[in-house]
Amino acid sequence: MNEDTKEILKKFFDWVVGNGPRPENEVVSPEPPPDLPFTQRPRDRYSRFREATLRERYNQWLELHGFHIFSILYSALSVLMCVVIVSLLLATVAELPPTLSTSQRPSPAHNEVIRRYVEHAPRETGAQNIVAGLLHRYRGFETFGESAVMFTSAVSVLMMLGASRRNKFNRELSPKDAASGRNFLQRGPPDEPILREAAPILIPVILMAGCAVIINGHISPGGGFAGGAILGMALILAANAYGFGRVHEFFDERAFVISTSTALIVYTLSCGYDFFTGANQLQTFIPNGTIGNILSGGLILPANICLGFMTAGTLYAFYVLFSEGDM
Amino acid sequence: MLERLFINHYQTAAVILSGIGLTNLLLQRNLIKKIIGLNIMNSAIFLFLAAKGNINPLPSVMALAGIVITLSLTAFALALTLKIYEDSGTLNIDEALLKKTKEQEELEAIIEQAEEEEIFS
Amino acid sequence: MMNSFAFNIPFVSIFLLMLAAIVTPLLPKRNRLPEKLSCCVVGLVAILSAWLLYSLTSYGQSLTFNYSMGHYPAPWGSELRAGPLEAVLALFFCVAMLLSLTGNFSSTAEDIAPDRRQIFCSLVNLLMASLLALTYTNDLFTAYIFVEINTIAACAIVAAKDDPEATRSTMRYMVISVTGSALIIFAICLLYELTGYLSMQHMNGAIRALVSAKSYLLPLSVALALMTVGLAIKSALYPFALWLPDVYVNLTNASGAILSGLVIKGHIFLLIKIFYRVFGLDLIHMLHMDTAIFILGLLSMIVGSVHALREMNIKRMVAWSSVAQVGYIFLGIGLNTSAGIAAACLHIIVHASVKTMLSTAAGGLSNAAGHKKGLHALMGTFYINRWAGLGLIAGAFSMMGIPAFAGFASKLSLTMASFDHSFIVWSLAGLAVSSVMNALYYVPAVIVVLTHNKEAREDFTASAPPTLYKVSMFVFLALNFYLGLFCVPLLRLITRGVNAL
Repeated sequence: MNEDTKEILKKFFDWVVGNGPRPENEVVSPEPPPDLPFTQRPRDRYSRFREATLRERYNQWLELHGFHIFSILYSALSVLMCVVIVSLLLATVAELPPTLSTSQRPSPAHNEVIRRYVEHAPRETGAQNIVAGLLHRYRGFETFGESAVMFTSAVSVLMMLGASRRNKFNRELSPKDAASGRNFLQRGPPDEPILREAAPILIPVILMAGCAVIINGHISPGGGFAGGAILGMALILAANAYGFGRVHEFFDERAFVISTSTALIVYTLSCGYDFFTGANQLQTFIPNGTIGNILSGGLILPANICLGFMTAGTLYAFYVLFSEGDM
Repeated sequence: MLERLFINHYQTAAVILSGIGLTNLLLQRNLIKKIIGLNIMNSAIFLFLAAKGNINPLPSVMALAGIVITLSLTAFALALTLKIYEDSGTLNIDEALLKKTKEQEELEAIIEQAEEEEIFS
Repeated sequence: MMNSFAFNIPFVSIFLLMLAAIVTPLLPKRNRLPEKLSCCVVGLVAILSAWLLYSLTSYGQSLTFNYSMGHYPAPWGSELRAGPLEAVLALFFCVAMLLSLTGNFSSTAEDIAPDRRQIFCSLVNLLMASLLALTYTNDLFTAYIFVEINTIAACAIVAAKDDPEATRSTMRYMVISVTGSALIIFAICLLYELTGYLSMQHMNGAIRALVSAKSYLLPLSVALALMTVGLAIKSALYPFALWLPDVYVNLTNASGAILSGLVIKGHIFLLIKIFYRVFGLDLIHMLHMDTAIFILGLLSMIVGSVHALREMNIKRMVAWSSVAQVGYIFLGIGLNTSAGIAAACLHIIVHASVKTMLSTAAGGLSNAAGHKKGLHALMGTFYINRWAGLGLIAGAFSMMGIPAFAGFASKLSLTMASFDHSFIVWSLAGLAVSSVMNALYYVPAVIVVLTHNKEAREDFTASAPPTLYKVSMFVFLALNFYLGLFCVPLLRLITRGVNAL
């Protein structure tokens, strides 16, 4: 190895370790006596001006640009992933059986499962609405899971936006109201004449429509979730027309928790009864009734009522928690 | 292939929509737009299901479940967004992340200073 | 036949947990009643699962049964299905959950405000119910719904700590997680369109018919790929696991243990069931999904360990180590033999119990050091909280694969499973490299914890750990040694369960 290479290697080593440029008049320290302990030997490095090592420079660079590079990388990967997924799915869709034309080979999805649903569902479940029968009897476990999803989301939102930050919220986010000692409950209704005039006419109609959708859920399209959403809208309309305080009088956080949990407990127990008797092949004591009557379909009607209560409360809770930050 | 895509035009539309939704969900920096992307994506899945539900009742049940799940996910994501907005005063997730790192840096600087003072004294 | 109550246990355990979750918000907040209720119910479900396991295995040959949820059998209604494997997994999930709840009983009180703690317990119950439902389900659509419950509950558990950083990492977790769910539901829609069934075994029959007729092979493989990627995102396999460390840093001790030990595992077991029961191993091999999974698992093992080596924060280190351990599980699945899948299931159990112990121990140590998480700050903490120190040491030894510790058993069975496989060189090399790297980052942590640190000890404010912590840690250690020393009967049971799957 010649001197030039040695010099280059030395410079490279200095660059990595962080030694500064070699001063012209550097005094090479004399060879230390060999009996000196290792820790006390003078080290060449400290005799020079110290620069950042390679690792430190890398970390600095990463701190400065790392986030930027990460976001570019993330975007590139996301675009790639989206393009790949969409093109794969398009290729797949081209291969799928044609759905709307019945001329060619029949779609594999048309099998005995659907035949039984379409032909026997009303007789077996007592519900004229096949989808309701499917939802509550054939696939009751999935519907139970759906209600649990909604419950999970409701309690999570309540946990994040609810009582624990009440004081903080009123202090920080509405300084005007905090100064006047009022929170959203004491604030009067908004000055909206149209809303105030229309609400007394609309709210009973909406409430009735909601109840009808829930109660007729097993006869005509509708059911607990849809009817509950309509009822929730009536509550939201009332809150907007008359002020949150008026609704708060009968539907506060405690009432929301109690009504939702109670409705879900009743629903869970009825589901549990259905599943338990079904799996153990026990006789149920709940008659299916005459198809088309209000009192038919076994446990579907009470289940729809419970789901309706839960959905109405949950939607109203979402609205109040998001718009006012409290309940 | 194009011909087959036209025959299954509902599914084709659903797939393209879900791609748009997924891209929005992953790439938008604004949290509200991200959530809108999530909703587009899930609505595309409902369209995909509805395309074959002319006499089959099972896709309706699946779509209903999907609607309830999307509602729950959206509500939860919006609650998170509200919290992030309260904490950092921005809806842009990059800015929110950067802001925190600045605070951390300040804190670290203070700690370092304190340590150095201790060492020299 | 089986005694009739044991037959109902899958249903009863899911419903007990659900009921507990729904009742919890109604309970009074005093005396930490909600948490006690959660612990009791999870303990009860653990006992029930043990009973189910006992009655399933006490018949000479293993028995599986389908439990229809409602009055209509499988292709029309939805079903649960239980066998020895499901019962074993349910038992260990419940035990790990119970121990991580009791072990972190006091630290949860410090980290989460009382108002939130009630709902936190409700969410824990929901999470456990969804885990059991994922374990027992025999229907893809049910699986999807419980995957979503799992997603929301897990995100909410992360956000339970009222901290801006935690909220932000929850948002990132949520975005990734929701992408995974969308891929899963797309795959389910495709499979339903192709087969016309949602029940796993009927779907399997229809898929076999399609494959033998050589029709719809592209849609089938796309559905399989979407399902695999979706579940891999949720189970933190490497290229999809970038969200994980940032989430874990901001967790409370209890939720850290639950998330790293349990939430991931439900999705992995669902993937195993889909591979085994919906597609069948020969079709997986034909579509080359086993090779893809194997490569991703290998990558995850190595890259996760490399990242863990670079970390100075103990929680991030444990999180990256989780990624590496998930890689082991996917390596076992990628071997695509029943021995490989049995080894993967054993590793699921081992990792569920060891990782919850490690998280609890790391939490205890960082609490002892005054809530600092940097490795340097933990110097000498062993002498303050000896039980947590012991837990960290046993967990580290287990992760390295020292004989007599739990990790050794699963690594040994993974090695044995890869012997009659063409990937043997890659698999053994990956296991060796990853084990060495595990040692490289866990040994320094152990040394730091064991080093005496006289000056800093006055700063440590924490008192001795509460009795409940000691008891839970003792049970954790006992479980660890049980898995390490007496794993042969367990592995035999799991193999029987896999064959009966």
